[in-house]
Amino acid sequence: MRQTAIQMVHELAKRDPRVVFLGSDLGPGILEAMRLEFPERYFMEGVSEANFIGMSAGLAMEGYIPYLNTIAPFFTRRAYEQIAVDLCLHHLPVRMLSSGGGLVYAPLGPTHLAIEDIAAMRALPNMTVVAVCDAPEMRRLMEQSLDWPDPMYIRLAKGGDPIVSDPARGFTIGKGILIREPGTVLFVTTGVMLGQAMQAADLLAESGVQCGLVHMHTIKPLDTELLGEVAADVPLVVTVEEGIRAGGLGSAVLEALSEGIAGQMPRVLRIGLPDAFPHEYGSQETMFDTYGLKGSQIAKTVSGELTSNSRSIKLTA
Amino acid sequence: MTAVAYESKASPPLDARSIHLRRLVVKALEGGGRGHIGSSLSPLEIIRVLFDDVLRYRPAEPNWPDRDRFILSKGHGCLALYVMLADKGFFPESVLSTFCKRDSILGGHPEHGKVPGVEASTGALGHGLPIAVGMALAARMQRKNHRVFCVMGDGETNEGSVWEAALCAGKHKLSNLTAIVDYNKVQSYGPTKIVLDMEPFLDKWRAFNFAAVDVDGHDVDALRRLFMKLPLDSGRPTAIICHTVKGKGLPFAEGKAEWHHKSKVTEKDVAAMYDALGGR
Repeated sequence: MRQTAIQMVHELAKRDPRVVFLGSDLGPGILEAMRLEFPERYFMEGVSEANFIGMSAGLAMEGYIPYLNTIAPFFTRRAYEQIAVDLCLHHLPVRMLSSGGGLVYAPLGPTHLAIEDIAAMRALPNMTVVAVCDAPEMRRLMEQSLDWPDPMYIRLAKGGDPIVSDPARGFTIGKGILIREPGTVLFVTTGVMLGQAMQAADLLAESGVQCGLVHMHTIKPLDTELLGEVAADVPLVVTVEEGIRAGGLGSAVLEALSEGIAGQMPRVLRIGLPDAFPHEYGSQETMFDTYGLKGSQIAKTVSGELTSNSRSIKLTA
Repeated sequence: MTAVAYESKASPPLDARSIHLRRLVVKALEGGGRGHIGSSLSPLEIIRVLFDDVLRYRPAEPNWPDRDRFILSKGHGCLALYVMLADKGFFPESVLSTFCKRDSILGGHPEHGKVPGVEASTGALGHGLPIAVGMALAARMQRKNHRVFCVMGDGETNEGSVWEAALCAGKHKLSNLTAIVDYNKVQSYGPTKIVLDMEPFLDKWRAFNFAAVDVDGHDVDALRRLFMKLPLDSGRPTAIICHTVKGKGLPFAEGKAEWHHKSKVTEKDVAAMYDALGGR
């Protein structure tokens, strides 16, 4: 997914002279072909994220469309004020390609994990926040990113992520994708959690629980129209995200549902990370296991919820 | 590089135009009932000379593509910019009295999109120079001749982002960029020497690959002569350290941290300020 995003910058640069690339001391050779073809539109700057955000704002004010790449927390934690003031307040079309979304950098420890990036970016006015599920979907997103009017936070996954998207379902920034019609349960997921939720839905179906599935690749602006439509009459809505539960996708869904978009407020179960810095290393996959984000664990959590709330959740399946 | 040696000596007395512009600052303070006073009076001659003699712009066409870009990075000194923009006809002078009022275009920090002639919304410190670097790079990429000027406060240069941007400007040899520091030597809490001493200041800019000189920031002729020589080096960005006096023109406020900002400007304060300026 990261490779696709980065390579797409070069493709977009060939098509549109407004496209520029900025990195903050990335790995050697990154986008070398673009550097050779468009040396003036390729900037490899130092480990100085505050400047590279401000600099991209200056370029965007002059008509360029900057695509930036660095590791997620160095955007969201290090340069939050620059993102808020330089990009969002000025409403500039700068695209942050944010490496290592969620738990990707598990072995590198809590300084490199992006656990609250979605919440932090979602809080900013004018910001668009996207987490696609795989490389083909990243390509579809990047195609549309060129003319999107807002600053964008684009969360990148590990790379080599299982392909779970289907081009036939299409892709539009700001529009969720309905993957399975809702039953007793409606899963709402973002990023690579789609794959895990699909597994969970399969397992639950085997035990007779019909689960719907919506992929909210765009967390902001949230597709409340689709959400309201599919969540109507669903007893249990389950959000699944690779990030802390406070302020992320689950919060966005809760906020929308609390405004009555689906009629009666359903029970909402938010699956994600607790309010804590992870204290172990390992891999993204082992951390999924620790925090109950694997498909089988999600299925078990949902089953438990259905059992413990069987009086309040009417099983229709 | 053409170095202009600065000798610490008394600035020439403020001329009629500088007094007039200060009266406009007081007019805005009176309207708003608050404001950054000392911080708006120290950069006034710098901004005056830039707008009178240096910058290319069209007040009726604030987004004219070939204009020189001017960023007041020390956004809290906005009254100096507002009075200059009003003086040049970017908006009517009467608007100054609406400063900080509910529906005014003139807030306590300048906002792009609200105030014609304001290139970037500033106020949070350390944002102007990185943006200016991006603008200067864009001008070079577009083969445009316009220049980029960024005025910072001395306290503002405590921010690490200023030095990140300075490194970047030096690396890219942005000779179309001029960084100007309003070195009034008093920041919010007190003297810069006590809060965070930036000396040796000129050496710092030189070490970051700027052609750097200092000048009396209230000496209109000296500023004019210096700005006319820009760029000081065709292969490097320029930094100009302007020695100024916080609250310049109001003897009771000069060099006083208490006059950095007042959240309530009283009738008595207004009368005292007009008195010091020889009347309304």
